Formats: sequence, C-alpha cells, structure tokens
Amino acid sequence: MLIEINGQPAYAYTGGKPFDAALPCVVFIHGAQNDHSVWSLQSRWFAHHGFTVLAVDLPGHGRSAGDPLPSIEDLADWIELLLEKTGADGTAPDVSLVGHSMGSLTALECASRHPGRLARIALVGTAVPMPVSDSLLDAAKNNEPKAIAMINTWSHSPRATIGGYAVPGIWHLGAAKRLMERQKPGVLYNDLAACNAYTHGMEAATALACPALIISGSKDMMTHPKAAAKLATAIKDVRSVSLDGAGHALMAEQPDAVLDALRAFIV
Amino acid sequence: MTYNFDTLALHAGQVPDERYGARATPIYLTTSFVFKDSDQAAALFNMERGGHVYSRISNPTNAVLEERIAALEGGVGAIAVASGQAALHLAIATLMGAGSHIVASRSLYGGSHNLLDYTLPRFGITTTFVDPRDLDAWRAAIRPETRLLFGETLGNPGLEVLNIPEVAAIAHEHKLPLMVDSTFTTPWLMRPFDHGADLIFHSATKFLGGHGVAIGGLLVDGGSFDWESSGGKFPTLTEAYEGFHGMDFSEESTVAAFLLRARREGLRDFGACMSPMTAFQLLQGMETLPLRMERHVANTRKMVEHLVKSEAVTSVGYPDLENHPDHALAKKLLPRGPGSVFSFTLKGGPGEARAAGRKFIEALRVFSHLANVGDAKSLVIHPASTTHFRMSDDALASAGIQPGTIRLSIGLEDAGDLIEDLNRGLAAAAKA
Repeated sequence: MLIEINGQPAYAYTGGKPFDAALPCVVFIHGAQNDHSVWSLQSRWFAHHGFTVLAVDLPGHGRSAGDPLPSIEDLADWIELLLEKTGADGTAPDVSLVGHSMGSLTALECASRHPGRLARIALVGTAVPMPVSDSLLDAAKNNEPKAIAMINTWSHSPRATIGGYAVPGIWHLGAAKRLMERQKPGVLYNDLAACNAYTHGMEAATALACPALIISGSKDMMTHPKAAAKLATAIKDVRSVSLDGAGHALMAEQPDAVLDALRAFIV
Repeated sequence: MTYNFDTLALHAGQVPDERYGARATPIYLTTSFVFKDSDQAAALFNMERGGHVYSRISNPTNAVLEERIAALEGGVGAIAVASGQAALHLAIATLMGAGSHIVASRSLYGGSHNLLDYTLPRFGITTTFVDPRDLDAWRAAIRPETRLLFGETLGNPGLEVLNIPEVAAIAHEHKLPLMVDSTFTTPWLMRPFDHGADLIFHSATKFLGGHGVAIGGLLVDGGSFDWESSGGKFPTLTEAYEGFHGMDFSEESTVAAFLLRARREGLRDFGACMSPMTAFQLLQGMETLPLRMERHVANTRKMVEHLVKSEAVTSVGYPDLENHPDHALAKKLLPRGPGSVFSFTLKGGPGEARAAGRKFIEALRVFSHLANVGDAKSLVIHPASTTHFRMSDDALASAGIQPGTIRLSIGLEDAGDLIEDLNRGLAAAAKA
C-alpha cells in the first residue's frame, strides 16, 4: 500500500493481506540498496497469523519516492512518521520493528528515540557500530557495479555461493545482485555512508527500554557475529540467536530459521 | 567469494546431501512431499516458507538444475519444463493473452515457427516475423498490443547472429522484453543477459544435456526487466491474481515476478513439468558443458576448414568465415565461436544436388542420420530429402535451403575420423 509521508508516496508491502491498524503490527525494514522483497517469506507469514504487516520500501528505494534519507536518525524518524500515519502505534500499541543491517540500526535508533512506543525490536545481521571500509565507500560513490559485486560476495556464506536455496528455482546470488542494480544511482553510497556515520549505537542500545532479539549468521562477513555479541552486552533485555553457517543474507539463506526466531520472539 | 563458470557448471545449486552425504545430486523421484505439520503445510501453500509440495510445481532435483542454469546464465532463477517447446509456451502464456502480439525473427526452429504462426493465432496471439538482421523491421513491426520480441541467438538455418544489444534496445524503447532461444550457443558461448536480453530459454535436450538421452526445456529470468514501468502491458505480473490468493507478483518479488507467475500458474495449470530423472540426466551433461563446448567448436572449425577447400562443395555457412554476413557481429558476441551446427551445400543442378545429398548421407559411417542437434555424437541431415522433402526447389530457396544443403551437428569424435567420414560422403556425392 502507499502512504504519504513528508509529502512523498511511500510503499509498504502488507504480506498479502490488507493493513489493519487494530492488529498488532510488525514493521520490516530492509538494509542498504534493498527493498521490501527481502522479507517476502517472513512478512507473509506474520500477515497470515494474526498480525498486520508493513514491509517498507525506505524513501528513494523500490517503490517509495523521494531521495534516500542521509542518516540513520532520519530513517528512524521516518519510521516513527510511518507508524503515526498508519495508526499502527495508536489503537494497536503492540508494534515490533524488525530490521536487517542498515534497517537494524534504524530499528535500534527508532526505539531509542521514541521509548515506550515500541513493544520490541529484532535486529537481523547487525553490528554497532557498522563501519564501512573506505574501499567499499569509494566504490559505492564512483563505481556502483564494483560496489555491488563486493557486497554480493561478502553478503553470502561459503555455502550460499553454491546455492541450494529454500525457494525452488531461485538463484539468490543473481537475485540479490539484480535487486541492488534496480535501485537508483546514488542510493548505495547514501546508505553505506549513513551506516558508517552512525556512531552512537551503543548508547542507544544501553538506553533501550524494550526487549530486543539479535539474529546473527555465524559466517556473516558484513556484520561480524562478534560485533553482534558485543551489542548484546549493552542491551538490558536481549535474546540472541546464532544461525550456524549463515552469512549476511540471512533471510534468503536460512528463511525458516529467521522466521522461527522471529516467531519465538514476537508471537 | 563467487565462483567462475566451470566451477558453477559442476556445483551450482547443489550442496552435498545432508543426511547421507551423497556427492551426486539425488534423484527425488517422488510426486509429493510429506508435511512436517499442518502449520508448515499451510505456510508452503501460501508461500510463507520455501520448499516443495508436489513435483508438478517444484522438485528438489529439478531445483538444482534450475539454479545451475540461472547461475551459468547470470539470471535470478529458472524453471525446468518438459521440453524447449514447453519453455517457449510457458513464457508466452505467462506474459500475455488473447489479443496480444509478438515480433519474432523469421529464422526460427521449425517447431517454434509452428507454434507462433499456426497454433497461437487460434488462441488469439499473433506474430509478425521479421528478418533478424533488419533492425528497422523489428521496430516497424511493434504495435500497441505487442508484448514480446523473440529470436534465436543463432538463427535457423542460416546461423544469423541475433544482434541482441540492438534488438534489446529497440524492445526496451517500447518497454517490451526481449526473449532469446539460446539453445545453439549455451551460456558457455554467450550469456544473452550480459547483452541486454530479458528472458532466455533452452532446449536442454541439445547441448546442455549433450548426450541425446533426455528431452527438457529451461526458462531463465534475467530479473532486470521492470514489468511495473511498462504502462500496464503486463497485468499478469502487476495486478492481483484471483487464481493465487489475490497475489500481485511484482509486489511479492521485485526481481522474480515472472518466475513466480510462471511457476504458480503456468506449471500448476498447463502442467508441462520435467521429470526429476530427466533433471538428473541433464545435470550430468551440464557438468561437462565447458569441456564439451570447447571441443564441439574446435572440431567444427576443422570441419568447416576442410569443407571450404572441397571442390564438391559450393558454399559453407558458418559465422567464423569472413564471407558470412554476420562475421563481425559473431566476433563481438561469440568470441569463443559460433557453435557447432552449420550447413554446407553440395555442387550440382537442382535434381543432381538432391540426389547428391542422398548419396552423401548414405555413405557416412560416423555421422548419424537423424533429426536432432547438439549430441556428443556427430549428426547429419539432408533437409531436401527429409524434413523439407515435400517442398519444391523454389519453396526450399525461400526457406534458405538449397537442394544440396546438408546440415551438420559436429560432435566430440576424433576430428580425423570425422574428416575421413566427410570425404567418404563427398566422394559418393560426386558420383551421383
């Protein structure tokens, strides 16, 4: 569905069922240079099991208009506006944010900036801080195809580079590359720079008032599991789940395990 | 890390079986799959979890094959079907309905031509055929109701090299996809997505399988065509489908909407699925695709070189040759070589050449006389006495075939033995 936020149409996939503000809401937030479709399996399950779902395309990504937002703080405020506009935080105060990578920072910052508004947050493929190497930033700015190739290589576990994906017939390495290629020029550098510049994540984690779930891949080269473990030590009410053998593209590599961890946390 | 072509040809899509450690791809010869519980069953039917329900829709052995061809082509995924013809039909049926129109190269495999020219009009889908080398003709044939441009990477029988970058650009100007039949080239010789094509299909029966033992088709999605920005041309992919929970396939999957619809509707309703046994046989062939294609092309070049020098031959049509109209384009798009199927024409007047063709075929011992291409074994056919025997010389000429035209599919045998066999045939033809 389309929602107007800051004068721009924003898109949110609702999991195959109409949005219903009276139901507990799960907001799925994608990572850099991605869109809502990275969550298609998990969001669809929640939409058909008693929840209402908003799997967003962040501004400037996918079907959402406008320029990409330059900072994690801006993204967090945008999520807050989304909740207001849809009424998801009104009649149904049980709102969960589920974010992947850049989306995980957005969820963390949103929960930190708006304490009491969220029931829980799930951080998938996360690290705080989330530094981006100079070589990747440079490629993102000056040679997007090279940057996309670097990210695609580093985002998949050794096993995932061979395939054997859960969704029949989908070659995820190719799909992930094409999805990144679909985004507008400049989005990738914007997103990576936003992740790189987000420096007060540990303070946000320490101040977090709601429960958090951290889902990590043991073979994640983009957000190392050690960084996720360090983040967990700063959060008062936290559960951690490690997916053995998974890389950074957890939702595609081990979709059922991600869903099961989210179910155990949210349902 | 990511792997290179030769490694992907052996491994893509298959991790060793977790229960028994089987290194080869297991053949899951089962119609259906037991659900773990009711919740998992419902989730599989509603696309909340990945997995298999019923082998008409998907099967683990077939899924390995699908991932492998998608990996080799640089696509986002693929669907394995019963034949190359089934792949062509599945693509068309997924993209359009009655009232739609296709612009296609006129240099097509006869089976594809039959489907487009004779059968689909009965279902309200018409085709305009154009000279594949005439870019203006492609552009001029496009109508408001056109939904697809289609050609073969190497045309039949003249081996016209499809100018994929230019034809794709014309298609994309009109917000239309370009689909190519890549059977003759395979991804080892060319990856059409790299040049702008949007969809690829293969008769995997030919070079991909490579051993002439299994009929199968593969339909591959490049994932880059934006169905939503095509001005409502593709409602099957961009509007809610009542036949599958009101799903809007483009909403569901940004890059694989076409494959979703093709599987969830096309395989479900038309049912042209591939047997897992066939998928296994094709996988065995694909493991050696790089080795075989290299040898196919090397042997073909030796045969072409030999035939060009023969006094019994009037012409040889192979894009490696400088006198072929697409020589320069072939060098650009097919740097590893333009395949291993080609035609040559025997000397002689109309009646003599038909007789010479028959004598040539009958004298061969290594080449197999049959109607197929892309086998590990060398194959031969004389169109004027077999596939086109009812046609007059004039009708043959309009199809680009002469009475003395012989089509060869060069296999992997010793090149010296093949040349000796050709010499046997040429000597017999000269006495006709």
